[in-house]
Amino acid sequence: MTPVSSKLYADDVSLLMVLIDTNPYFWSSTKNTAFTFSKFLSHVLSFLNSILLLNQMNQVVVIATGYNSCNYVFDSSTSSMQRAECLLEKLEDFVDKDESLSQENSVDGFGFSLLSGSLSMALCYIQRVFRSGPLHPQPRILCLHGSPDGPRQYVAVMNSIFSAQRSMVPIDSCVIGSQHSAFLQQASYITGGVYLKPQVSDGLFQYLSTVFATDLHSRGFLQLPRPVGVDFRASCFCHKNTIDMGYICSVCLSIFCKHHKKCSTCGSNFGEARKQEPSASDQRRKTPDLNR
Amino acid sequence: MADGKVVKRAKYKPTVKGYGIPGVLKLTKERFIFMPNDPTSTAKLNVEFKLIKGHKFSKEGSSKQALLNLTQDQGGYIFEFDSFPDRDQCRDFVASAIAAYMEVGKAASEKPVVLHDEQLNATEMGRRIKLLQENSELQKLHMQLVIGGILSEAEFWAARKKLLEQSENKKPKQLVALKNDMWSVKPLSDGQTNRVTFNLTPEVIHQIFAEKPAVRQAYLNFVPGKMSEKEFWTKYSRAEYLHSTKNIVAAAAEAAEDEELAVFLKQDDMLASEARKKIRRVDPTLDMEADEGDDYMHLPDHGLPQGETKEFLEPQYEPFKRSFSQYLNQHTAVVLRGRVIDVELGDTRSVAEAFTRANQAELATEVSDENAYRERINKVSRVAEIEDLQGPRDLPVALLSIKDPRDYFDSQQANAIKALGDVDTGIRQLKFSVTKEDAFCSLKDSISEINSQGLIEPIINPEVALKVFNGLSQNISSTKYHLGKNPHESVLDQLPSATKNELLLHWTSIQELLKHFWSSYPITTKYLYTKVTRLKDAMSQIYTKLQEIKESVQSDIRHQVSLLVQPMLQALDAAFAHYDADVQKRSAKSGERPNGFV
Repeated sequence: MTPVSSKLYADDVSLLMVLIDTNPYFWSSTKNTAFTFSKFLSHVLSFLNSILLLNQMNQVVVIATGYNSCNYVFDSSTSSMQRAECLLEKLEDFVDKDESLSQENSVDGFGFSLLSGSLSMALCYIQRVFRSGPLHPQPRILCLHGSPDGPRQYVAVMNSIFSAQRSMVPIDSCVIGSQHSAFLQQASYITGGVYLKPQVSDGLFQYLSTVFATDLHSRGFLQLPRPVGVDFRASCFCHKNTIDMGYICSVCLSIFCKHHKKCSTCGSNFGEARKQEPSASDQRRKTPDLNR
Repeated sequence: MADGKVVKRAKYKPTVKGYGIPGVLKLTKERFIFMPNDPTSTAKLNVEFKLIKGHKFSKEGSSKQALLNLTQDQGGYIFEFDSFPDRDQCRDFVASAIAAYMEVGKAASEKPVVLHDEQLNATEMGRRIKLLQENSELQKLHMQLVIGGILSEAEFWAARKKLLEQSENKKPKQLVALKNDMWSVKPLSDGQTNRVTFNLTPEVIHQIFAEKPAVRQAYLNFVPGKMSEKEFWTKYSRAEYLHSTKNIVAAAAEAAEDEELAVFLKQDDMLASEARKKIRRVDPTLDMEADEGDDYMHLPDHGLPQGETKEFLEPQYEPFKRSFSQYLNQHTAVVLRGRVIDVELGDTRSVAEAFTRANQAELATEVSDENAYRERINKVSRVAEIEDLQGPRDLPVALLSIKDPRDYFDSQQANAIKALGDVDTGIRQLKFSVTKEDAFCSLKDSISEINSQGLIEPIINPEVALKVFNGLSQNISSTKYHLGKNPHESVLDQLPSATKNELLLHWTSIQELLKHFWSSYPITTKYLYTKVTRLKDAMSQIYTKLQEIKESVQSDIRHQVSLLVQPMLQALDAAFAHYDADVQKRSAKSGERPNGFV
């Protein structure tokens, strides 16, 4: 399939970046339930096939979000006809590699998958498509995510969200884990995508094809599910905790849960203001003063 | 002076240079009263001392006047006394009176401030009242904070300047346009005599003046000096009549006889010069050649009835020719410009004068605009850039959208749900622990499983699909009709409506108070100090009220209410802590800086 040759992209041609969560610890937890990784894969593969059938110019790229790394596992513009086999083969290689990179022997809880990394890879791919020429398919990102939010990735994820917003790429999210994801809620809210947490995990394919299969042009005419509430809370930069109230660096807007003497991001000194000698008043003017 | 009253002969001088109005100046502790000797004079004064900011006086000297100037925020009152001793006595009295008011002002600093605020013009007041009427939330806030004396009127509105401006911009005054009706004098002939009647109304005259500057100029020149108004219009009508007969030769003959009539019959010189000016203002890069195809001018008048005759005219008749397209253009220009003057139409002369004034103003701005030429040159060079070589000017911009503060409550609710979910999964997480090998092995098993078996057949069974559809459509329809909010799921909506309203009100007032509180720091003036104290008192009242709400609600929703109230209390606590720290610092430092540093 060589869609690039005949640059005849209509407004309903999509480039779908699918990020699939391959966090082994998360999938091990679902082993005893009805919804296993193989079931998940079979729903996703069917979905990808239907996307490619919707429009022959449609393009699908799959990125695996692993525990230690991320990688492209499928690109419909380069692969041959044996799509599913090609994808599974690459996915297996990826899991092997991901395992070899692993340091610790066991993890308490689910651990976190590298959402920030796969989001960045998706955005890089989209940027390359944007620069390939004046005509290109309409890109969107679909996150199929199960692992909980990794607090350490907060800044990186937010940065990805904002760059997606800037390049007007919607991030759709389908949460397959048991908890809501504040990161993905914000991502979809900010970029104008759809956030959905399926109630019936067996019906994943139905959710995917009903909600996430429509191209961006058609979305204007559809009534898609909207979230009831979005968790807008930020995480502090020092301990990566989600906080309701905190301190903000007046220079670089970094967020902290406690008062610090110095901003860890930009290095500004936070004056302890009035307690100094009067002679220090000139110096004090130059240093950012926190609400204290 | 001892009895708190001084009466002196003085002259009130509205201007420094002026001669002054003789009269009697009476000073009491609260006010000064000036009664002019001439009882019909309007220069009576009765002013309270609390409005007076200070006083100035002239130096004593033989040739100088004994002056006393009581200054206000804007301007002041200047009095000239007969002698310097008189003046000095008044000056001392005024000084003590003003000082007394300053003292009072310091003791209750908010009062004079409020008084100054009241000196608003009526339109400003009207705008505020309108805003309050339109926005019930704002009205509640205003009631609580301003009427309750926590914030002054000016402080309250200072934070809402944007809102006021917006409301003003929203409603431009609508002007009544000119009638888009080409007025041509329709002569009413009775058919028997040779009399021809024209009907002129003020509206018609207004239109004539607007479209024909020459007629307007002639009116100003001739009426009423040379001829009466009636004569003028008779002459004008005659000229129009001659035009309507299209007999150019006859018109020229008449014009040769009557100088004044000629003015109407000849082409309008003022219009011509205006047109030339307009052409000079046309964008120089506009390519007139390119528009040649659009030119209908050489098609004589599109077969319209009035206008140029096709017959050959001798050159001396040329000025009397009148083109219909010229008239049409002038008419459209006037209609599009709309009403430029704002004068009662009844008085013909004032209408004519107003037009002349408007025209002159236009000319003045043009003449003063010396940079116009340079600007044009700049424009030429800018437009002459080769477009293909320029980068795109408009980069795609994602608009910043400020969220409705109510989203905060939604997010609180999402947190509540999350908290519930966390309890559930938290337990499972503790139990759950696998080794690396196990985890990766099972993942690889899954992949090879699907590789060997292929996709599940069928992918989804009909019952599950139906369940998904039902769930989705229910979810979508409920969010659609409640604007993104499910009424039974928002924590706020589960509360009794009284509690809910109370919470929302407290929340908005806390926001308002905190905004004022933090913007008052660092405290540099006494005024800010009292303001902060006032704000702090108000906040502590709300604090106790919030506590009461928390305790008064039923036990089943108490947890949720306290979740909502908690952030508000935290924000207030932070403000109180800052206030206390500041007060301590202040008291510690007060010894060091006794001199005016508050």
